Amino acid sequence: MKKYLLKRVLISIATLLVILVILFLMLEFMPGSPFNDEKLTTAQIELLNAKYGLDKPVIIRFFNYVKNMLSGDFGVSYTISKNTPISTLLLSRLPISVTIGGQAVLLGTVVGLILGIIAALKHNTIWDTLTTIISVIGVSLPSYVFALALSYSLGYKLEWFPLLYSSKAPFDSSILPTISLSMFTIASIARFTRTEMIEVMGSDYIQLAESKGISGIHLIVRHQLRNALIPIITVLAPLIVSLMTGSLVIEKIFSIPGIGSLLVTAIQSNDYNVIIAIAFIYSAMYIGIMLVVDILYGIIDPRIRLAKEESHE
Amino acid sequence: MNNTASEEQLIFLENDFEFVSQENRTHIDETYMSQSYWKDVSKRFFRNRGAVIGLICIILIVFMAIVGLDLNEYTFDEQTITHQNLPPRIPGVENLGIFDGSETMNTSTGVVNRNKYIAEDGSVTGLEDVYYWFGTDVLGRDIFTRTWMGTRISLYISLVAVLVDMVFGLSYGLISGYFGGKVDNAMQRFAEVLNGIPNLVVVTLLIIVLKPGLMTITFSLMITGWIGMSRIARAQMLKLKQQEFVLASRTLGARDFFIIFREILPNIFGQIITNTMFSIPTAIFTEAFLAFIGLGVPVPMASLGLLISDAFKSFTTHPYMIIPPVVVLAILMLSFNMLADGIRDAFDPKMKEM
Repeated sequence: MKKYLLKRVLISIATLLVILVILFLMLEFMPGSPFNDEKLTTAQIELLNAKYGLDKPVIIRFFNYVKNMLSGDFGVSYTISKNTPISTLLLSRLPISVTIGGQAVLLGTVVGLILGIIAALKHNTIWDTLTTIISVIGVSLPSYVFALALSYSLGYKLEWFPLLYSSKAPFDSSILPTISLSMFTIASIARFTRTEMIEVMGSDYIQLAESKGISGIHLIVRHQLRNALIPIITVLAPLIVSLMTGSLVIEKIFSIPGIGSLLVTAIQSNDYNVIIAIAFIYSAMYIGIMLVVDILYGIIDPRIRLAKEESHE
Repeated sequence: MNNTASEEQLIFLENDFEFVSQENRTHIDETYMSQSYWKDVSKRFFRNRGAVIGLICIILIVFMAIVGLDLNEYTFDEQTITHQNLPPRIPGVENLGIFDGSETMNTSTGVVNRNKYIAEDGSVTGLEDVYYWFGTDVLGRDIFTRTWMGTRISLYISLVAVLVDMVFGLSYGLISGYFGGKVDNAMQRFAEVLNGIPNLVVVTLLIIVLKPGLMTITFSLMITGWIGMSRIARAQMLKLKQQEFVLASRTLGARDFFIIFREILPNIFGQIITNTMFSIPTAIFTEAFLAFIGLGVPVPMASLGLLISDAFKSFTTHPYMIIPPVVVLAILMLSFNMLADGIRDAFDPKMKEM
């Protein structure tokens, strides 16, 4: 276990370092310098360089850069909102994105589990087929298709929900984005739960439990679902990715002032510092969650750990 | 009971002493007949209704992407200012009351049903003989032609995805798994680090360096698209390389290259095809997603994501603009997914229950 843990942590740190190196190199080789005012004399530029530590060797500058990035100092925005520190820009937007993402994960997991369980219990009936169709559609269609369909039907035609996000009614206006963002989660969790449940239902220990007289909800929840749930952790990684990419389009469609829409604006207006900061945050989040998932998995299911260690040898 | 049977007299007939002809007695077991691998696979595949429907839809879409651009007189980038925002109008069908060029609009004075092609008061609009099958967009471009142009881009992307999977992913995984040891260790660490970088970040950073466009999307697919395939290829290689036929081949003097690509590759073909098929919808999705947030192909090119993104801006007033690209994209994605499911089940029936 220790060896596995150490390996995972080292890989994560290496990945983060690689990302930092790439981001640093991009800043280094980006055309232009911060001081390209023609009135500045060479001596003045040298002074400015010394002030900001730009005269130091690359290695030292890199370490300074890493220190800044890790402590949350991402510099200032160039174009979106001039000279505002990026950390303040992010701090006001992060909670909104996290809230909607969290709601989507919650809704997706609950609905997905219910659908998956129904499909497995009513295996090979119309319910099963229906769930399969829903999950195939959910996996195949991009989230913005759902977003457009929902905002046109429920938002524009029926006027049940607001078309755009507003900070005055954050919950009401986050319902449509949450649903459209959670479609992929619903579909993949339903699919996976179904598979796992069917496998578990045919296993020896369930037969034993049944022959002991356990039945009904107790059998499903305590004996079947619990064992079926373990592998569902593996779906988490693609879900995180889908939430990240999904948030970009969803936030654009519903004009939600979150991280995703900030990234889109930053790319469109070439605000490098903001792009790099968000790229770093996304990577750090992704790496962190992947690490937690892998370690959790190693703890919950020792077989996986052994298999992974074996295949690495 | 038995008594009655034994008491019955046996009467011999003439033909009782003839040889029994084998003609009608033997039959070939068709139910459990042994079949060649590929015949078996294709039989299972064609029995799967969803997969066949998916395949037919894909063939139709590919066909339309090839010929669709030449079916009418408009080109995908031709702008006619006088033909802005025209609703769909199809000759023949218009007499049925649908696709007749009229649209219902919510204006400040209430709901108005109007037809831009034919004026109600009989005045000349100059558009009486103009037909746009899917209508036109805000710049007066033909949506029909643009939709099929966009489909071409999506199909190109799926081709790139397949190539990346087959060339990079497959070789990487096979080589890493075959040689093992230090080579494997180094290659796997590299892949793990690369896999730890979110796809979105790779694309974003590429876009800063390069310009948004088809090349950038192709590059980003090349950088990250192959990792899933390499894992599968490696796992299969680890499973197969210990087997006797590999040892036999090596004993006969086969080189590493020969063993990897001629001995082992054909044995893992099922998994490879299945995985490739699953990577196509992901790639199409990536392009459509990038185009939607404005990082796709530059104008006046058209991709499905770009068309959806453009039409989205006016989709409450002119919903007809967004329907064709969304429908084509949806059918394409669904079809590839169903096809991939079908191929997986055909190659590995055990997976069907999964």
